[in-house]
Amino acid sequence: MRSTRRRTRGRLPVALALPAVVGLAFLLVPLVGLLIRAPWRTLPSRLFSASVGEALRLSLVCASLATVVCLVLGVPLAWLLARGDVPGRGVLRALVTVPLVLPPVVGGVALLFVLGRRGLVGQHLDAWFGVSLPFTTAGVVLAEAFVAMPFLVISVEGALRAADPRYEEAAATLGASRWLAFRRVTLPSILPGVVAGTVLCWARALGEFGATITFAGNFPGETTTMPLAVYLALETDPDAAIVLSVVLLMVSVGVLAALRDRWVSGPS
Amino acid sequence: MTLHADLRVTRGAFRLAAELVVEPGEVVALLGPNGAGKSTALRALAGLLPLSGGHIRLGGQAWDVPPAVFRPAERRPIGVVFQDYLLFAHLSALENVAFGLRARGAGRAAARAEAARWLDRVGLAAHAKAKPRALSGGQAQRVALARALATGPDLLLLDEPLAALDAATRLHVRAELGRHLRDYPGHTLLVTHDPLDAMVLADRLVVLEHGEVVQEGTPADVARRPRTDYVADLVGLNLYRGTAHGTTVSLDAGGTLTVATPVTGPVHVVFPPTAVGLHPERPVGSPRNAWRVTVAGIEQHAHTTRVRLDGVPPVLADVTTATVADLRLRPGDELWAAVKATEAHAYPS
Repeated sequence: MRSTRRRTRGRLPVALALPAVVGLAFLLVPLVGLLIRAPWRTLPSRLFSASVGEALRLSLVCASLATVVCLVLGVPLAWLLARGDVPGRGVLRALVTVPLVLPPVVGGVALLFVLGRRGLVGQHLDAWFGVSLPFTTAGVVLAEAFVAMPFLVISVEGALRAADPRYEEAAATLGASRWLAFRRVTLPSILPGVVAGTVLCWARALGEFGATITFAGNFPGETTTMPLAVYLALETDPDAAIVLSVVLLMVSVGVLAALRDRWVSGPS
Repeated sequence: MTLHADLRVTRGAFRLAAELVVEPGEVVALLGPNGAGKSTALRALAGLLPLSGGHIRLGGQAWDVPPAVFRPAERRPIGVVFQDYLLFAHLSALENVAFGLRARGAGRAAARAEAARWLDRVGLAAHAKAKPRALSGGQAQRVALARALATGPDLLLLDEPLAALDAATRLHVRAELGRHLRDYPGHTLLVTHDPLDAMVLADRLVVLEHGEVVQEGTPADVARRPRTDYVADLVGLNLYRGTAHGTTVSLDAGGTLTVATPVTGPVHVVFPPTAVGLHPERPVGSPRNAWRVTVAGIEQHAHTTRVRLDGVPPVLADVTTATVADLRLRPGDELWAAVKATEAHAYPS
């Protein structure tokens, strides 16, 4: 009996099992190493030290503001892509996802050349309003929003395309304008998708490094977010770098857990 | 205020070209097989699909006169009951019914009060707070009807309103829908592929095939003189109104029929022409309905011959060509019509 069962189930081929285990270790060991190296005893005091606390606060504020920007602009954009009668929707959709695969540094450079003081748009902002975005906290928000928005747009657009458009038609026959139908019928029905997109977007904004350091630079208290602080601290104070990394790791795990429980595994 | 519609829609290879006239208070059933263009017609009237040609006018208002005029759905005084109801899942029954009133500018409190009145009218006052997924099929249908009627629309469009219900629920909901339609003063267009729904609920049938109207008239007329084989097969129903006492139904048109299942009160009695047997003498020895009839007309269709018979009540019978030959049927012949009680179904009306 036993041998029969063994044979029917088969053994994992070594050619697959070995690389699989190595792959798993490759992903997990660095994180475990981080936790082992963490100065747990001094962690609370370091966490509330001025520089770490400042970076943490700035990161949370900027990521949240960037998420708000993404929501305000991204949800309508997702609606346009899913429902709008615009020519070349496929091309638009592809363009929207470019920041997903674009190296963030390139995004930062692009922002710099458009919104910089001599940039295409930036020179007018400077001349007419006296507004200069690069190397400011607002610049951090913009850089994070640029990189994170596609996550929200894709998530919301997917939810919109899965939602039955006939509910909007039903709302129209009841006298609702498209805006009212969107607000009162469509938006509530895609809420899980919006929340999932928002969480992903916020997590991406929180971890943003390349575009931020390129476009907003590195000024403690103004543009030094957590990832930037980790990178800087690595040279001067490795323990601080580890503390910051552990905090970011916790946030990431928390985000994953929240998504898994409520939105990723689908409606239960 | 009469609804005049000349519906012309071209979509790829499909062409709809159908004229409809609906008077106030009238219920018109648009009947036809799948793909005949019923839904297209309904969507065009609702403003969810623009016409390619023709026009839609209600009284003096132009709703769709291409290319100059197009009123979108939200600016037409309509109510629509969709096949699967499309109740908003995140809103309670009351909020669903209040939605149209709110969208058309009523205040929150006024809309809720009016919606509560409508829920009460359809017998769902106790379910006001229930979400659609907690409602049964019949209840959801009634909420959908209340939602469509709450705004006091000029045109009520019903898209297969009973198709999603199981057979038992269907009987009650059909009867109830009939009562609401009789009370409704506006124009009603009922889209269905079910001949019984059409004949019970509608004052007039419009039969659509391949995007064209092949026949229209009262249910009795269409059943008596079907113009195509499809109409003959589909609408060939013997349908009577009457009052039931147990298994005996006194018909409004005269005569009585015995049905298998006891019921009480006003009913429709229905049986297909194929259930009618024709005999030269009074059939003996079984608990069936049998009465004297006179052949009024004989029409040949693809597979059967339909015989129109005068009597109390008048009746349609489908017989085989062999029977026609055996009985040597001719107009004016006197015969006996027989229908088994188990073939005659009574539905509360």
